[in-house]
Amino acid sequence: MSDQNGNDAGPAQRTEPAEHVVLEEQIDLWRGYVQRRRAISAADVDEMEDHLRGQVSDLTAGGLEDEEAFLVAVKRMGNLDEVSREFAREHSDRLWKQLVLVPEEPGDSGRWRELAVVLALAVGAGIVLKVLLAATVGNELVLVRNGVFAVLPFLAGYFVWKRHVSWRVSAVLLAITTALALVVNLYPFESGPYQEPGMTEFLAITHTPVVLWLLLGVVYAGGAWRSSARRMDFVRFTGELIIYLALVALGGGLLIGLTVGTLSLVGVDFEPFFADWLLPFCLPGALLVSAWLVEAKKNVVENIAPVLTRVFTPLTIVMLVAMFVVLLVNGPLTDVDRELLILMDAILVLVLFLLLYSISARDPHAPPGIFDWLQLVLVGAALAVDAVALTAMLTRIAEFGFTANKVAALGLNLVLLVHLAWAAWLATGFVRGQRTFGAIERWQTAYLPVYAVWATIVVVAFGPIFAFA
Amino acid sequence: MHIDKDLVAASATPLVLGILADGESYGYAILKRVNELSGGRMEWTDGMLYPLLHRLERLEYVKATWGTSDVGRRRKHYAITASGKEALAERRQQWAVVSDALKQVWQDVQPGPAVAEGWA
Repeated sequence: MSDQNGNDAGPAQRTEPAEHVVLEEQIDLWRGYVQRRRAISAADVDEMEDHLRGQVSDLTAGGLEDEEAFLVAVKRMGNLDEVSREFAREHSDRLWKQLVLVPEEPGDSGRWRELAVVLALAVGAGIVLKVLLAATVGNELVLVRNGVFAVLPFLAGYFVWKRHVSWRVSAVLLAITTALALVVNLYPFESGPYQEPGMTEFLAITHTPVVLWLLLGVVYAGGAWRSSARRMDFVRFTGELIIYLALVALGGGLLIGLTVGTLSLVGVDFEPFFADWLLPFCLPGALLVSAWLVEAKKNVVENIAPVLTRVFTPLTIVMLVAMFVVLLVNGPLTDVDRELLILMDAILVLVLFLLLYSISARDPHAPPGIFDWLQLVLVGAALAVDAVALTAMLTRIAEFGFTANKVAALGLNLVLLVHLAWAAWLATGFVRGQRTFGAIERWQTAYLPVYAVWATIVVVAFGPIFAFA
Repeated sequence: MHIDKDLVAASATPLVLGILADGESYGYAILKRVNELSGGRMEWTDGMLYPLLHRLERLEYVKATWGTSDVGRRRKHYAITASGKEALAERRQQWAVVSDALKQVWQDVQPGPAVAEGWA
């Protein structure tokens, strides 16, 4: 996508006469090379590029060919290590990567406008949520059913605005979302005596966010949802968003705790204001602001999710091996119920996240290393534990028949199993040197729509199939 | 001609401030001006100019603004500030003392080049 504002448009996007194509490529490469130095910021590279271009055009005016002029200009720029050390001495703070969220220089107003859009959308989501809250007093189930429909479209709106998503794509997605909202609200789900949701309704409520989130991926990709790279970007975005959201929530919780504590000392009850006004506006606000932060930091700050996978992969292996032993020793698993299946699903999802996020940050050209072996062990252990649990569950289901919950848990388990088993197969090929890493990466992103399809089936088809029980 | 690194470093600040005292300029133009002034004999490592400019900016001797070049590229312009002018005047006095002292030394060692080569 080309940035219309031209703030961060690289040299490649400028139109230059065709004969300078090689020169442009070389300058691009040089930029990339310089940009890797932490002490040299993007603005410094701009400045030095301007210098380089000035030098090159003077030299070519003096009769040198593009290529010769480029070489001379780069040579005169000096040894990059020394220059970078000099920059580091001047800007030691830069060795800590810094995030500039809003521009300090006047005239570069793109970021401010973006923040304004984000805040406006957050307020919009807050108002919708507030209206929903007011309209559903005494009927919390309606609120739970529709909360996600009130918030996520605003997040989608941010990406529609940011990525210039076409009207056609937006309209299709809006139609699908509306259809889902109608299904969830109009299906005659049965509920329990205390207004608690029935099985199929509960499943519909828990699976709609998944569908909507993956639809958001289409908007996030700017409509190019078929692209494997864009899908991986969405995976990265999701991981970082979860972490940022958790941090923002922690900070918000601290502020609220301090406020409540102080106000209670002077005898003011903060609770009603908190529940009626603060929460409906803060929850979508936190989501949108976190999304904006993740968007802004994208290239500047290292992703944290892959770092966490490094820490938790070995620990998860230990946990899985212990589980496997315990399940085998304490078997046969005749008394287990669907809780075991749900736990297994959760474990497989965890393993999948660990796999996905370390893949998302791996250099595809690096040779297989110890961590790739660890991951293989991780997936293998997860599959072994799941196999034990699954055999136990299948015998149980054969005995007592299917319910919506069991089918949903089993279905998800199978979907995850296929994903992980094939990933393990590909990873085996990779560590043995028979496959490239690209194949593993492509499989991860190619499989993502399966989750959307499965979640849609659970939302749309399970009600009618299981008589809305 | 190769000029010793320390000498380049010591003279760089007054040179840059002096050039900027003539009027606002940008990196490449400053460097070209240095070349002109020294008749091409003072060769700087181009990249080193920028950390220096940023240091002067931090010391508030110069003020930087982003503008655009005639072909529409982003370009950072530097202008000298009042405290930059003060610093320049001070450096000028220091250099005058140094250069006076050096002048007398050069006069004392009359057949200069032969001795200098012997020591080099």
